[in-house]
Amino acid sequence: MKIVIMGCGRVGARLASLMDVEGHEVTVLDNDTYSFRRLPPSFGGTALFGNGIDEEAQKKAGIEEADIFVALTQGDNRNVMSCQIAKHVFNVPRVMCRIYDPLREEMYSALGLETISPTKVFAQLLKEKIENTEEKAKD
Amino acid sequence: MYIIVIGGGRLGYFLLKALLNEGHEVLVLEKDVRICKTITDELGSVCFRGDGCEASTLAEVGTGRADMLVAVTGDDEDNLVACQVAKHKHNVPRTIARLRNPQNAALFKKLGVDVTISTTDIILEAIERQVPTHPATELLSIDEKDLVIVDVKISAESTTIGKTVKELSLPKESKLALIIPNEGNTHVPASNTVLKAGDQIIAVTTPETKEALKTALRGI
Repeated sequence: MKIVIMGCGRVGARLASLMDVEGHEVTVLDNDTYSFRRLPPSFGGTALFGNGIDEEAQKKAGIEEADIFVALTQGDNRNVMSCQIAKHVFNVPRVMCRIYDPLREEMYSALGLETISPTKVFAQLLKEKIENTEEKAKD
Repeated sequence: MYIIVIGGGRLGYFLLKALLNEGHEVLVLEKDVRICKTITDELGSVCFRGDGCEASTLAEVGTGRADMLVAVTGDDEDNLVACQVAKHKHNVPRTIARLRNPQNAALFKKLGVDVTISTTDIILEAIERQVPTHPATELLSIDEKDLVIVDVKISAESTTIGKTVKELSLPKESKLALIIPNEGNTHVPASNTVLKAGDQIIAVTTPETKEALKTALRGI
């Protein structure tokens, strides 16, 4: 499978490395080459300098042959825009978008993007963990 | 009209001033507290501090009854999201986005932004109009019909001089409307009209066939 990841932060670099180990063809795109330090030395994919909200940069990253595009930059709006380019301009079969703001996440999910809000997911996870320990204490 | 402007930078500031002068109800959304304070000090309470891309902020300023939202921040992605939130969450009838990258125009239209404005394109068009030797100038774009009106000049080096209109292989999407010759009267071209050096041809075409039309008319 060919995967294009935009944003080589902690999550981006980790996902890139995990998918690379599994034998997938991975390209990571970031507009700061210093971010690529997070990739492990064994990383066999491509690290590419470029701005993911630019159609040309996405093309260079091989978006036209990609099976999956994942947007993981710090900016919700950058993620949203790059995902819409991947989905509506390049017709990538699967496009995944990180959106911190839960309200924005709901809206773009309703508009047909596959979205994940780490804010929602993590808060829910913490709540469940807290409740679990409380229940255990009761027992 | 109630108009919401996203971004209180230089462009937003002067836009706000002009719209207020025209008697519109205008509100600027600006994230930076200092910029917000400057605007409020100078122009009154027409600036709201907040993120124009957030549905809740837009709800707070009554975006539901806005007639228009204009996003003029310096970042294309922010302008896109502000317009999309206004459109999909608050049903704003008309959204306008400023573009930094002129190549984003088609994408933004596809994603539901009604009007895009690129400063780069506006300056380019102004240059084209100023440079008399420029062979083709876009005079007007009719977005709803996906047509443009262009002005093509037949210069001395054009290989089509002396040819009739029917001898040219014009793209089928285009229509010649008018010929303004160097000397003599303006006339409507017929199929047997002969092209002369110095002719200025006004034609209607689609944005995609603009270049092909130019080449067909000039032969170079």
